[in-house]
Amino acid sequence: MKNFGFSSIKPRVIDYDRNNKAVSDYILKHEPSFALCIGCGGCAATCSAARFTDMSLRKLNILIKRGENDEVRRLMNKCMLCGKCTLVCPRGVNTRNVIFLTQQAFRKLDNYAV
Amino acid sequence: MPEQKDKQIIIIGAGTAGCTAAGQLAREGYRVSLIEKDGKPGGKVNNWYQLFPDRRKGEEVREFLMGEIDNPLINISLSTDIDSIVKRKNKYLVTTTRGVMPPADAILMATGFDLFNPERKEEYGYGIYNDVITSVELEEKFNSGSILTSKGIPPKRVGIVHCVGSRDEKVGNFHCSKVCCVTAVKQAIEIREMLPATEVFCFYMDMRMFGPYYEELYREAQEKWVVNFIRGKVSEATENIEGRLLVKVEDTLAGKPLKMQVDLLVLMIGMENSLSGRRIAEDLNLKIGMNGFFSVADNHYGNNRSNIKGVFYAGTCTAAMNITDTISHARAAVVEISSYLKSSEREVEV
Amino acid sequence: MKLEGKKRIWKEFQKEIPDNHFFFVRSCIRQSFFPGSEQFLIKMLREELGKDIFEDPRHTTCTGIGYHGDVVPFDTIQAVVARHFALATEHGYKDILISCVTSFGIYEEIIETWKHFPETLEKTRENLYKATKREFEVPRTILHTSDAVYKFKDEIAARARYPLVDHKTGEPLKAVEHIGCHYSKMFPKYGVGGAEFPHTLVGMIESWGGEVIDYPERRHCCGFGFRQYLVQANRGYSMSNSLKKFESMEPYKPEFVLANCPGCTMFMDKWQYTIKEQEGRTYGVNGQGIPVLTYEELAGLVMGYSPWDLGVQYHMVQSEPLLDKMGIPYDKDKKYIAKDGSKMAGPKNLINA
Repeated sequence: MKNFGFSSIKPRVIDYDRNNKAVSDYILKHEPSFALCIGCGGCAATCSAARFTDMSLRKLNILIKRGENDEVRRLMNKCMLCGKCTLVCPRGVNTRNVIFLTQQAFRKLDNYAV
Repeated sequence: MPEQKDKQIIIIGAGTAGCTAAGQLAREGYRVSLIEKDGKPGGKVNNWYQLFPDRRKGEEVREFLMGEIDNPLINISLSTDIDSIVKRKNKYLVTTTRGVMPPADAILMATGFDLFNPERKEEYGYGIYNDVITSVELEEKFNSGSILTSKGIPPKRVGIVHCVGSRDEKVGNFHCSKVCCVTAVKQAIEIREMLPATEVFCFYMDMRMFGPYYEELYREAQEKWVVNFIRGKVSEATENIEGRLLVKVEDTLAGKPLKMQVDLLVLMIGMENSLSGRRIAEDLNLKIGMNGFFSVADNHYGNNRSNIKGVFYAGTCTAAMNITDTISHARAAVVEISSYLKSSEREVEV
Repeated sequence: MKLEGKKRIWKEFQKEIPDNHFFFVRSCIRQSFFPGSEQFLIKMLREELGKDIFEDPRHTTCTGIGYHGDVVPFDTIQAVVARHFALATEHGYKDILISCVTSFGIYEEIIETWKHFPETLEKTRENLYKATKREFEVPRTILHTSDAVYKFKDEIAARARYPLVDHKTGEPLKAVEHIGCHYSKMFPKYGVGGAEFPHTLVGMIESWGGEVIDYPERRHCCGFGFRQYLVQANRGYSMSNSLKKFESMEPYKPEFVLANCPGCTMFMDKWQYTIKEQEGRTYGVNGQGIPVLTYEELAGLVMGYSPWDLGVQYHMVQSEPLLDKMGIPYDKDKKYIAKDGSKMAGPKNLINA
């Protein structure tokens, strides 16, 4: 293959039909309150980790639902599990459990158990 | 009260507002002429399957309205258009396509709204791609008992687009049509109930759940019915080679563009002041606001009065409204009309 | 798909196209890369249709590439364009026929600016007078050459010897049409059919017997731009846009792509070569490329002119599969022979060759 000094760019569009939603389905099954998120960002605003890193639970929840698993893996480990987000959520989402279940889901996915 | 019986009021439009006002005025003893351009009374509510927020049957409200106009003091004229209205001192001479009406002491404009024509949003492909339909066409499907695509099979995924023809500078409608968001949520729930295997996605700019139990309906849609909500304006819909619709939207909360295929795309078309209402308004020099709806005398305590003495407004010809508020507005118009007809200011030019 | 809906939209965007007495201005890219096209356009309009096309050899580039590449300021380009108007005025022409879509966009942009900000018009008159002592009138119509061919599409159809059908089966050929961004996205009212469903090329293809494909990325830009490919490292961005279009049109198996912008035609043609060399992918049927043509080349082929006179042999993606399907005869040996019999240099690494 020749190289002309540039390459084509991988699209960054969320291709909803191609994304694997197994992680999202797993979390919804075990934590039904996850369905109530409206993306208001109250959790992200109070988040301890968000003050110093690019962690955003609001964004993470949306990315999980869209199946953008690569970015979810990167963000989920930044959570300190302090629990401040759960106190703020106006819809009553058990946010801390969502993080636990995300990590659990990826462990199972990587071991082909989901 | 013998004085009232010789007062004649003409109500233009026999929809929700017109019928409610007619019934109330007749019970007060006034003679009412109800003029309707369609072949039957009831207006837009004739189309609706279930009404928000409690999903009660539209049929029941229709029955209520028919009960309102079932009164010997109300004379209803269907399939009738207005040719002209002339104000002669304090009386109104209305000529319809069925003849001249006896002079009226007051006019109530209850001409309602027109639905936005989605062909004006070319990028959504309404009228070009078979499976792009309006919210009204979806209600027809509910009424028929089945939801099928143009291929004759139930859709695997339905997309609902909020704000079509509203809040949109490109089509000249800056206003919000108010009721489309809660209608979208209601319709999403109805689809999920009729087709449990079908996914539903609502593409919204904001969620305007303004009324009692509307926000709770939104929560129920997410919690019980697993309706998905994506915040972003749909930029375009096209058809791919399998005949499915490809929707492009910015997932603003994820910060990235998103594309997905749907089998049915429902456009939540907005409200505009009715064209026939505006034509009648020209005869009377009624003021039209920047948003195309009739201008009311006062935004807070005079929103049934027009700029012409003796001409009143009820319902969606003044602003986007739900059925509850339309009925309240119509009843308020009756109070205004009644007090106008009794007042001394009226007696001046006889 | 409901055609009636599309037709209603086309009706909303109809353009007044004059049918004679044009002042013609050329395109930089078409002159260099598609010389046969402009040549044939003038021949067709003058000889076949008897129209009056006037060219003034003193006209220059419109400097569009420089303007869009941030090298030429707006005041300069207004003066350059005003000079062309002065040349047209000098010869008594009110309708400008423009070969390049970028030029077309720029001329429209300048005229709209003058309409809304009359002080810029005054300033330009002043600048032009100081620089060249010329004066000008704002033209009546600005016309793109694809509008002209659209206007005369039925006359061309009447002279068609090889309609756009498979000559063995009679099936209409499937075509992708691509409209340049500056043609109708900037001012939808100045493009026939508007911005969503432009009709200029659709009208041509359909009146010459072909069938137009509607595919999801129909409206997507080919990636030409000006800034993005000036720097070599950025060209991947440009190429990725064309790649996106090719991936979207591939399942529909188009026989050719028709474009009305010189940049788009060049890019859609040449990127197929780059993508093949860098990524090993082609998008035509049977591992071939999809020929990309200008509307004059297509008109010429349809009317029976020799493909080599039209210049299609200088594209990266060769048109032989299309010519075979249409039943157009050609002589392989005469491909790179000049009019005087000498051999011309031919491009290497062609696709479909």
